Amino acid sequence: MSFRSAVITFPGSNCDRDMADALEKISGAAPHRVWHGDAELPERLDFIALPGGFSYGDYLRSGAMAARSPIMQAVIAAANKGVPVLGVCNGFQVLTESGLLPGALLRNAGMNFVCREVRLSVSNNQSLFTSGYDAGEEILIPVAHHDGNYFADDATLDRIEGEGRVAFRYAEQVNGSARDIAGVLNAAGNVLGMMPHPERMIEREQGGTDGRALFESAIKALADA
Amino acid sequence: MKVRVYVSLKNGVLDPQGRAIHHAIEGLGIHGVNDVRAGKMIELEVDPSVTDGQLEEMASKLLANMVIENYRIERLAA
Repeated sequence: MSFRSAVITFPGSNCDRDMADALEKISGAAPHRVWHGDAELPERLDFIALPGGFSYGDYLRSGAMAARSPIMQAVIAAANKGVPVLGVCNGFQVLTESGLLPGALLRNAGMNFVCREVRLSVSNNQSLFTSGYDAGEEILIPVAHHDGNYFADDATLDRIEGEGRVAFRYAEQVNGSARDIAGVLNAAGNVLGMMPHPERMIEREQGGTDGRALFESAIKALADA
Repeated sequence: MKVRVYVSLKNGVLDPQGRAIHHAIEGLGIHGVNDVRAGKMIELEVDPSVTDGQLEEMASKLLANMVIENYRIERLAA
C-alpha cells in the first residue's frame, strides 16, 4: 500500500522540498506537489503537509494570505473530513489563520529570529502524529522563526490543555509561547500545527533523527486503520 | 471614497515591537512616555456602493485577526 501525501507550496514557501524529501524517504512514496493556486487536491490523500517559509512575504500577518488562497479551501474541506494535516512553522501560522487551529502566532517575545535546535517534550503521545514517541519524552528538533510566540486567551488554553491537545511543549525558553506550547492539535486530532521542524531531523547527517517518529506515527496510523 | 481601517493588538496581548519602540524613545532622551503599542493602518479607496457591512466583513475576516487584534473603521469624506 502506497502512502498518498501532498505538500502544498505557496509563493515564499522554502521548506517544501525538505518536507517532500522527508515524506518520500520515510514513506517510500513521493508526495504530490501542489501549488497554492490549484483549486483541488489529488484524490484519496492520506496526508497533507503545509511547509515552512514566508508565504506571500508574510504580508499583513504571517500565514494570513496563504490561509485565504484557493488551495486552502480544499485543505480545510479535507481536514474536516478527517485527512491528517501537518503544518510546520509557516504551515502552523497558516493553520491558525485559516481557523483550523485555535490561537495565533505572535512575534517572538525577544524580538529576535530564533534559529537553533531546541529541546521539546512530548505532551501527548496518543495522537496519530505522536504515537511513536513516549509520553514526556524529550526530543531535539530545530526551530527557525520570527513569529512563533503562541498566544490564545486563558479559556482557550485551559480548554486545549484539558482536552490533551498540546502535542509538544518547549523544554527551554524559545519564543515566549503561552504555557510553552510548541505544537497544537485540533479537536478531532487529525490536524497538527507546530513551530519546530521535524522534517529537518530525519537522518543522522542532519544532526539527529528525532523528527522521524512523527512521520512514522502517521504512516502507522494509516496502516492500522 | 477613502476608508481607513486601524488594527491594534488587544489589551493583554504582549507587544514586543511596542516595547522595543518604547525603549528607543527613551534612547532619544524623551521622558514621560508610559507605554507604546504598535498597530497598523490600512487605507482603502472604495466605491460608495461598498456597504458598512462589507467593510466590517473585510476587517473582521482578513485585515484583523480577531484572536489577537481589534479594528476600527473610519470613513473619510470624499
